[in-house]
Amino acid sequence: MSAGTGAAFSMRSNVLRHNLLTALLLGPATAWLVVFLVLPFVAIAVFSVGERAPEGGYQAAFTLAQYANLPARATAFWNTMVLAPAGALACLLVAYPVAYYLALRAPERWRLILLALVVIPFWTSLLMRTYAWMYVLGGRGIPALLAYVGLEDVRLINTPGAVLLGIVYGYLPLMILPIYVSLERLDRRLLEASADLGATPISTFLGVTLRLSLPGVMTGFSLVMILLLGEYLIPTLLGGGKVFFIGNALVDLFLQSRNWPFGSAIAITLVAVSVVVLLAANRISTRLSGARRVDLI
Amino acid sequence: MRAFVVAVFAFLYLPIALVVLFSFNAGHHASEFTGFSVQWYGKALANPFLVEALKNSLFIATTSALLAALCGTAAALGLARVGARTRAVFDALLGAAIVVPGVVIGISTLVALVQLFGVVNPFVASLWPNNQPPRLALGYGSIIAAHGLFSMALVAMIVGTRLGSLDRNLVEASSDLYATPLTTFRSIVLPQIMPAVIAGFLLAFTFSFDDFIVAFFVAGAQTTLPIYVFASIRRGVTPEINAIATIVLVASVLLVVLAQWQLRQRKPSH
Repeated sequence: MSAGTGAAFSMRSNVLRHNLLTALLLGPATAWLVVFLVLPFVAIAVFSVGERAPEGGYQAAFTLAQYANLPARATAFWNTMVLAPAGALACLLVAYPVAYYLALRAPERWRLILLALVVIPFWTSLLMRTYAWMYVLGGRGIPALLAYVGLEDVRLINTPGAVLLGIVYGYLPLMILPIYVSLERLDRRLLEASADLGATPISTFLGVTLRLSLPGVMTGFSLVMILLLGEYLIPTLLGGGKVFFIGNALVDLFLQSRNWPFGSAIAITLVAVSVVVLLAANRISTRLSGARRVDLI
Repeated sequence: MRAFVVAVFAFLYLPIALVVLFSFNAGHHASEFTGFSVQWYGKALANPFLVEALKNSLFIATTSALLAALCGTAAALGLARVGARTRAVFDALLGAAIVVPGVVIGISTLVALVQLFGVVNPFVASLWPNNQPPRLALGYGSIIAAHGLFSMALVAMIVGTRLGSLDRNLVEASSDLYATPLTTFRSIVLPQIMPAVIAGFLLAFTFSFDDFIVAFFVAGAQTTLPIYVFASIRRGVTPEINAIATIVLVASVLLVVLAQWQLRQRKPSH
């Protein structure tokens, strides 16, 4: 065997080995994604055009009747479509000044500690944190204090306001982080240049700071919106069965009344709305200042 | 603006502080603090259902986080070796696993598994020699798999970010000095990505331990701690729940702090 064919042979076996190792590394993740993400999604897509069997569960069919029936849960859709954007907007209004302070005003040595203090609540149990507000807003919390100063019978829990408060509380960290990241990357010289050219602080903020942080704002807004579309715990615990979200409708349809095809149609609609929100947010931030990837941690 | 930021931090932490404070309340009533006591911790830990739920949650969180750390790290390493198109497909799927709301992951996994079991169980039963064939059912396995999906994607993302900022010169130097690929991996790559792997594991554990909504759908007859707590909360707020909530909050805060600390370790400059 000549040296040339030997080298070619060893190169080919190297390529083979390279590909085999890549396949081995990606294999488990691929299997996991296919079996527990792609197939389940296909399953609910198929269910959503099926019919409900008489005893509950699923009967094969091809009909759009489930989608035509969506208005039957109009209240859940209405509540979600009003409270999710309102909640995301409220989060944004609270989050922006905090992110701004952390990125541009906070003393250097405090910055990482303060940032960690923002991240920590996000990774602690949403159930426990929502429970904390049940405790604060419930009959023996703030209403008891108000009664003490003479304001009797103030009802805080089980109202849309309580749900909104819970939403801001639960998702504030997720809104602060991406805005912080985009503000932190901001080129400070632009701010100085703007001031040197005679712009007022307000027009510098609007023309430079806000504009350049829009990708972060859009990332935060769309993430919070999407997670809120599927929210179940906050409306259940703080809305007390009076404020129904799509998440509540899904729990009811899958675990209680067992109308899986109708539930699947709702879930598919929810995913479709999420995709539209993501695409719209992506489009807005690309058009305004070039998209950037933002890490969640 | 400082005052506003201080107020927001107070808003974030005061309700939690209140729960922790009242978990040490000697009295029954939530409205007045009548003295220090750890009796509710004793009551909580003497409740067999609660201890069972806690054990289940610990088992599920450990297993799913371990699997996620292994598969997620392998996936991140594999993705560094493939072309841009394959990478884009994987990135989209991993992103979907993270962003799709838990309620959708929960119901779609439930639907798919119930259909799958409906096919597999009769088939196995027809082949089984005696009358007690093994039956696949929702339980530990389905919760671990569903939690692991999110966690694996999270680990792949964190480790992938770290791999992207890896010092290429060291890897090249190592192979120039005739180190085998395995040696290079063990002594150059692994030490650099290890903090990210550990952080990913800790966050995956925290996610699984805290998750309610995914487990709610796919738990079958099993109970996890969040499912148990949710059911008790709906029956009414008690000091016992404050004690459990405090334990869970303290545990997750410790894990997250540890994860953050790991991520800041030996962070390459960029």
